[in-house]
Amino acid sequence: MADTATFSPSRRFVIAALGIGTAGFVVGCNTGTTAPTGPITLTSLGDYVRVGSDNTITVYLRHIEFGQGVSTGLTTIVAEEIDADWSQMRFEHSPADNAKYGNPAFGGMMGTGGSTAIFSSWQQLRAAGASAREMLRQAAAKKFGVDASDVLLVKGKAEGGGKSATYGELAAEAATITPPAVESLQYKDASAYEFIGKDRDPATFFGRLDTPDKVQAKAMYALDYQPEGVLTAVIARSPKFGGKVGSVDDAAAKAIAGVTDVVQISNGVAVVATNFWAAKKGRDALKITWDDSAAETRSTDAMIADYKKVLAKPGLEARKEGTGAAGLRGAGEVITADFEFPYLVHAPMEPLNCVIDYKPGESAVIHSGSQMPTGDQGAACAVLGLTPDKVTITTMLAGGSFGRRATPDADLVSEAAQIAKAINGRAPVKLMWTREDDIRSGKYRPMAVHRMTARINNGAIEAWGDRTAIQSIMEGTPFLPPGTPDFSSIEGSNDIAYDIPNISVDVHLVKNPVSVLWWRSVGHTHTAYAKEHFFDVAARKAGKDPVELRRTLLAKHPRQLAVLNLAVEKAGPLPAGKTRGVAVHHSFSSYVAEVADVTINADGTFHVDRVVCAVDCGIAINPDIVRSQMEGGIGYGLSAILGEALTLTDGAPVQNNLYDYNVLRMNQMPKVEVHIVPSTEPPTGVGEPGVPPIGPAVANALLAATGKTYAKLPLGAKA
Amino acid sequence: MKLTINGKEQDYTGEEDRPLLWYLREDLKMTGTKFGCGVAACGACTVLVDGAPMRACITPAASLQGKAITTIEGLDTPAGKAVQQAWTELDVVQCGWCQSGQMLAAAALLTEKPKPTEQEITDGMNSNICRCATYHRIRGAVARASEIMG
Repeated sequence: MADTATFSPSRRFVIAALGIGTAGFVVGCNTGTTAPTGPITLTSLGDYVRVGSDNTITVYLRHIEFGQGVSTGLTTIVAEEIDADWSQMRFEHSPADNAKYGNPAFGGMMGTGGSTAIFSSWQQLRAAGASAREMLRQAAAKKFGVDASDVLLVKGKAEGGGKSATYGELAAEAATITPPAVESLQYKDASAYEFIGKDRDPATFFGRLDTPDKVQAKAMYALDYQPEGVLTAVIARSPKFGGKVGSVDDAAAKAIAGVTDVVQISNGVAVVATNFWAAKKGRDALKITWDDSAAETRSTDAMIADYKKVLAKPGLEARKEGTGAAGLRGAGEVITADFEFPYLVHAPMEPLNCVIDYKPGESAVIHSGSQMPTGDQGAACAVLGLTPDKVTITTMLAGGSFGRRATPDADLVSEAAQIAKAINGRAPVKLMWTREDDIRSGKYRPMAVHRMTARINNGAIEAWGDRTAIQSIMEGTPFLPPGTPDFSSIEGSNDIAYDIPNISVDVHLVKNPVSVLWWRSVGHTHTAYAKEHFFDVAARKAGKDPVELRRTLLAKHPRQLAVLNLAVEKAGPLPAGKTRGVAVHHSFSSYVAEVADVTINADGTFHVDRVVCAVDCGIAINPDIVRSQMEGGIGYGLSAILGEALTLTDGAPVQNNLYDYNVLRMNQMPKVEVHIVPSTEPPTGVGEPGVPPIGPAVANALLAATGKTYAKLPLGAKA
Repeated sequence: MKLTINGKEQDYTGEEDRPLLWYLREDLKMTGTKFGCGVAACGACTVLVDGAPMRACITPAASLQGKAITTIEGLDTPAGKAVQQAWTELDVVQCGWCQSGQMLAAAALLTEKPKPTEQEITDGMNSNICRCATYHRIRGAVARASEIMG
């Protein structure tokens, strides 16, 4: 560490060694300004960029890479401002530390979610990159004996006075330079961008930074981490939500070769073994009597019926325009439909797992693919009686998540810590969830019923009603102060953009023991479907073309209107023999419209052949990643509306694994075209906004052909 | 018992019913073959046995004596190399967890059918799930790999 300088931070910058053992310098910054695209204040100091004497530039990710492309996106922002050569860019997940790596969009807590990574990091990482660049310039000036203004920085090299040096050669000197004031930083003009807005280029190696390791299977995920002597644990959990362990007979389990321990934890019985196969066989051999006195005992059909009873009365008001619900009575015709949405499972391809190495009274090291590392750290501290400085979270790549790895109760790490404690830290423990655990003991997208109502008069929608019954995701979490309406239940409903004179949106937050969680695009998974499909139903009832009526009623929302028009234009004429539907939705600060072309076969089955998508996400940092997130979001959303449902019978999940929980396969995937609206607005997220419009676009295509309302999801095979 | 994995002989002494997947991952530390479902429903654990795709999560290691087992770590056939190049060119991966299995399935398909039609690509790849839904790019990458192979 001798040539890595450690400095006291200036008021707004910190230059510090991260203790990672190689030479170089580290730049972090707090711009202290309000982020340009919303009420987000950057309040934390952070260490984000490291220039190594080996000429690498490493960007520390406070967000986990689980496929959405942050390892490239965040790195691109820094590479641009620091004037790097792409081949020198690297990424690493940051340590768990709210003070340095808190997400301003999460109130300063570390977290990946809500499509906030690019949105919340843009200004901060530009500043970090520009600051490091100016320090390198000063270092070069000193080394070359020239004025700083005579130093030219290009592709990771400094030139001046006939001399040149790589950034790596300048790193030690740069670490001694006083960082410039944030106010003095100059940012590149967009016309000079080398990386931002550019597509993959084999000549410069520009492309996804995680591609090479993933293609060569060198990428390391938590499940791939296997320290010497690690034991594997699986847990038998209650078959019904809210059930508890009554009594356990573990004699047969302990007789399985390789099983080392059977321990009871808060939510089940863990079998620990020298390998997975033994642990699984041990679990299969457990005889457990469950106490179901507080368990859910209803079937989902009965729960839906209960939700509908609740809908007879007004709920918590979420939006009122004009006369609100009173506007639904009056001249003309009133139409209504109950939209039913099932529980959905995230089912990331890498099943949940983490590895904990616990030294009683001393420390714990946890390897995990976590969206909320400091929350996990806190959970481990609570179980193990350690302080946060003794609990290290090493964030690994994750094989998908879609929200499942962001658990306010840190279920995974809490379970692992309890097992580690129960065996007194005798060996590292890898806790694995099997796919059955994932499907049957999940945290699900909440089941919901939207009662949609519209009053049509004189060819116009004069009143709009959207009343929802749903379990709250946010209640009881640190993200929702008591007494605050749960925005995750109503987002996408209460901000309906259509210029309708009377609007009423209200919500009933239903309680039951099934555990629920945000699922890629959260409330928009159901609100966009109810809003956009019922809009077509109402428009047709009013005798209007749904796209034309959208154009009229979105006149005050130019960005929604623009993506709608772009998608419709690019879709071109409808091919013979197909039916078409369109939907547009605003979520997570981005705007997306999708046009679905569908073939309905003679036997009533249908296939989504092609989807044309238009997205406005401000400046598209990596257009190809924007496209890939739209493609993937369309596939993920389509999967849900075609075939996904987690149902309960007598309180227990019916589905087991990927043979009966039906996720999208290649034969169901449409061709996708993505068009990005050119923009100079600050960048916004793309992980989630591609999901919401696809469901209603497909339903609207079916409606156009059959005249039916598609109010019950999933749609199944037939139109 | 001798198993041949990526051309190298291994001495398997484990249980009769233990799936190949866990022998690869836990004993040989070859973690490129992934666990996805454990019931042959998703294809994340795809390996090639005598060139044909097989699900390592349900196939006992002990049943493979005398067979040539290929994992992603040993995918160096012309089709395999073309597939990895095409996957890179198109930036197919998102989370990446299923992609070893996808690439092995694609390599097997292209070895059998070097010039697959669009329908043959879909049929050949349909049993491999990608939850990130990179299917659109996988289709393109299989076609591109076919071009690379000439």
